[in-house]
Amino acid sequence: MTTTEQTGAELPLEQCDRVVIRFAGDSGDGMQITGNQFTHTSAVFGNDLATLPDFPAEIRAPAGTRAGVSGFQLQFSSRDIHTPGDEPDVLVAMNPAALIVNYKDLRSGGTIIANTGAFTAAELRKASLDTNPLEDGTLAGYRVIQVDINKRVQETLADSPLKSKDIQRCKNFYTLGLMYWLYSRPVETTLNWLDEKFAKRPEVADANKKALQAGYNAGDIQELFQSRYAVPPCGALPAGTYRNIMGNQAVALGLAAGAELAGLKLFLGSYPITPATTILEELAALKNFGVKTFQAEDEIAGICTALGASYAGYLGATTTSGPGLALKTEAMGLAVITELPLVIVNVQRGGPSTGLPTKVEQADLLQSVCGRNSEAPLPVLACATAADSFDCAVEACRIAIEYMTPVILLSDNFIANGSQPWKLPRVDDLPKFPVTFRKDPVDFLPYSRNEKGARPWVIPGTKDLVHRIGGLEKDETGNISITPENHEIMTRIRQDKIIGIRDSIPTPAVDGPESGDLLVLGWGSTKGPINGAVERVQEAGQSVSQMHLRHIWPFPKGLDEIFGRFKAVMIPEMNMGQLTRLLRSEYPQHNFISYPKVQGQPFRATEIATKIKELLEN
Amino acid sequence: MSTETVLKKKDFKSDQEVRWCPGCGDYGIINSVQGALADLGATKENTVFVSGIGCSSRFPYYMDTYGFHSIHGRAPAIASGIKAANPDLTVWIVTGDGDGLSIGGNHMAHILRRNLDINILLFNNQIYGLTKGQYSPTSPTGLRTKTSPMGSVDRPFDPIGFALGCNATFVARTIDTHMKHMGGVLKAAAAHKGTSFVEIFQNCVIFNDGCFDETAAKDVRDERTLDLRPGEPLVYGKELDKGVRVDGWDPHIVAAGEAATWDPAGASSAPAFLMSQLDQDPAMPTPIGIFQAVEGPIYEEALEAQIDEAVERKGAGTLESLIWSGETWTVD
Repeated sequence: MTTTEQTGAELPLEQCDRVVIRFAGDSGDGMQITGNQFTHTSAVFGNDLATLPDFPAEIRAPAGTRAGVSGFQLQFSSRDIHTPGDEPDVLVAMNPAALIVNYKDLRSGGTIIANTGAFTAAELRKASLDTNPLEDGTLAGYRVIQVDINKRVQETLADSPLKSKDIQRCKNFYTLGLMYWLYSRPVETTLNWLDEKFAKRPEVADANKKALQAGYNAGDIQELFQSRYAVPPCGALPAGTYRNIMGNQAVALGLAAGAELAGLKLFLGSYPITPATTILEELAALKNFGVKTFQAEDEIAGICTALGASYAGYLGATTTSGPGLALKTEAMGLAVITELPLVIVNVQRGGPSTGLPTKVEQADLLQSVCGRNSEAPLPVLACATAADSFDCAVEACRIAIEYMTPVILLSDNFIANGSQPWKLPRVDDLPKFPVTFRKDPVDFLPYSRNEKGARPWVIPGTKDLVHRIGGLEKDETGNISITPENHEIMTRIRQDKIIGIRDSIPTPAVDGPESGDLLVLGWGSTKGPINGAVERVQEAGQSVSQMHLRHIWPFPKGLDEIFGRFKAVMIPEMNMGQLTRLLRSEYPQHNFISYPKVQGQPFRATEIATKIKELLEN
Repeated sequence: MSTETVLKKKDFKSDQEVRWCPGCGDYGIINSVQGALADLGATKENTVFVSGIGCSSRFPYYMDTYGFHSIHGRAPAIASGIKAANPDLTVWIVTGDGDGLSIGGNHMAHILRRNLDINILLFNNQIYGLTKGQYSPTSPTGLRTKTSPMGSVDRPFDPIGFALGCNATFVARTIDTHMKHMGGVLKAAAAHKGTSFVEIFQNCVIFNDGCFDETAAKDVRDERTLDLRPGEPLVYGKELDKGVRVDGWDPHIVAAGEAATWDPAGASSAPAFLMSQLDQDPAMPTPIGIFQAVEGPIYEEALEAQIDEAVERKGAGTLESLIWSGETWTVD
């Protein structure tokens, strides 16, 4: 490495449409913070973006090992994008393990920025490497930029009052500074964030700020790169005010908003479980909105406290992931038979059992639609993107309240922790669905029905309306009835009520030609990769259409007619074909082609595009 | 409110036919609860009975109040949600030894430590009744039932010791046939601020008849039980001539005049624990009455206080401030 001084301004500035960066390091290297800061700065700068954090199941796997590698990928763009990108253009590798685990994902000819300070014999051993990949030809075909970040940070902070170990913890901000320089990003957003984050520890804020600035300056004064890059703000984003949001954050805000739109207060009963926990954390911080959060002793108590709160006149909600949903099953049945509003959020992860707790899968669909004892139908919705999660949560609240029913809202680990710009809705534009509790004792029957099939919501404390509800079958009077005729009547009433929800939901739009050879149908977080794939195929001149389901149970009206306009319907799913099964049973006359993926990773747009082309050509 | 008609015991009976077995101890208990509600001046609309599954859990259907018959073992969780949402309601949980200490043991432990202002009545008959006679977590070791034909090899829970171990602020025991005593305990439980745990010795005439006869039968109970009354001496016997005194860690039977004075509100739960195990010595009487009654912070009050504090510090949130917060930017 030379120390020849040269100003960055003399380097050519290359304009790019989009760039995909992956930051990778040890779990303790602060890669999630680095990625989030780059994301935030790019969002405020005006790029469209999408992110994919990827961290191990262990909080701190043994340092330096392949198991301990934590990654954060983001795509930022001057155009409308849908995914965090298939192949990174740039890989930042903070240690040998991070390099070896990630370099194969890079596009050919891509750039690797390697922290040579971590490529010591000991670190190579920890990563189970016999030779140094920076020297043994492993990285042939990639452009490798070598920077001894350990040493640079030590030099930069030689005068810092921090201990040597704490100085090394500033490495990620040095790296971030370097990347800000390379992609012509402003440093101010992060400088301000550091001041705020470490307000009580100014020496830590100072050290990280210095490291950030030093990394930025290193780009200027050291001949590390042949050019700098600029990704101009995205012109495709519709006008409006934006904030960057993660899926779990959007669900939390959507639940709080949903309660407000109903004129209620929100009660969240929940037990911590990855990757749903941050919804509980977000809502616990919204006490000034009157939100009550109850960290329960287990998943069952989570849903039961929420159901109790709904009974008492709050909007009850509970949040979980697949294994937790399994534990809540019996209480969901109780919510079905007592016909109380309840929102159950399932942030899906890989399974079965504990499975892949920090990876993505969409394999709880059949569990959600069918997974309860006896006939216990309830509506199921799915969030498509981080920003869409807000609208979906509001919609789940609406259905729960208008139809007096538990609702399952499916999210997944991809969108829960992934972020994107969210165009803020105007409060006046949000749907309102105010609740009227029943207070009139005249002709009161606890299980009478309104035009939607919903029973009256009477909260304890209401005079002259005392009655009992419970898990035993009831008749209209609320009294126990186990006659054969009554059970069949009540079973049909509960089913018809749920099927009737389709009267209140729109038929999803077809994107692309209204008819043709192939419709690509998605649900949940496959939306981004499907969008990307379909656009590519369309740009290549082939005809393909796309449709996405938000409401999965009941299916919206009009699907039969839409499917009839296409020769085949292809369904990419991160499971073994669960939506495909449901559709085949509901619409057996159509040709559904399942395209499953169960690797704990989201689809790449290229994978889907290749499959589409293959289907179109056969 | 003072102009309202004061409700009588019969006003708390619902129009539903009671379907417990003839001779079941539950009849005496519901009678006593309805009497206590009348004496306490309770209203129908502000009273909620929550139950799980089991014979005892049919209780809410027979009460003319609000009622929620839920699922097995989960009544404490449902009730916690109700009370946390609306602290103005008076919430009672009715449960049994299987519902409350076996399938629902976890929820029972946690409601007791959280100390919501809820009253819990645990009907202990040492047997599973509704499933027709299997041993329960309070059945004595050796009990022969359909699932333990050679005698149960399980060691039992002591409900009082369980509740004390969970840091419960009010712990008491009474007997289904001892109406006067039960009325007093129920009213003390209702008056207590915090979670009140009341174990009721309840006879199952069909599957475990007479399981408490040695201590609770009317003809022996004066001699075989010791009523723990706050501020009163630890005396028992038909003539109240016998007493209990504790020297060091060892309880002794003494003359009434030498008996210790009972204080369930002390800083330590040790005396209550000691009383809960008193009858492990067969010569000793079985304590009933109030084992523990201490003050503690109330969960739902603390929750509301935090909300008030947050509103004071940050201002009451609105939809606008919920959505339009964080770092934003504008695209023209």
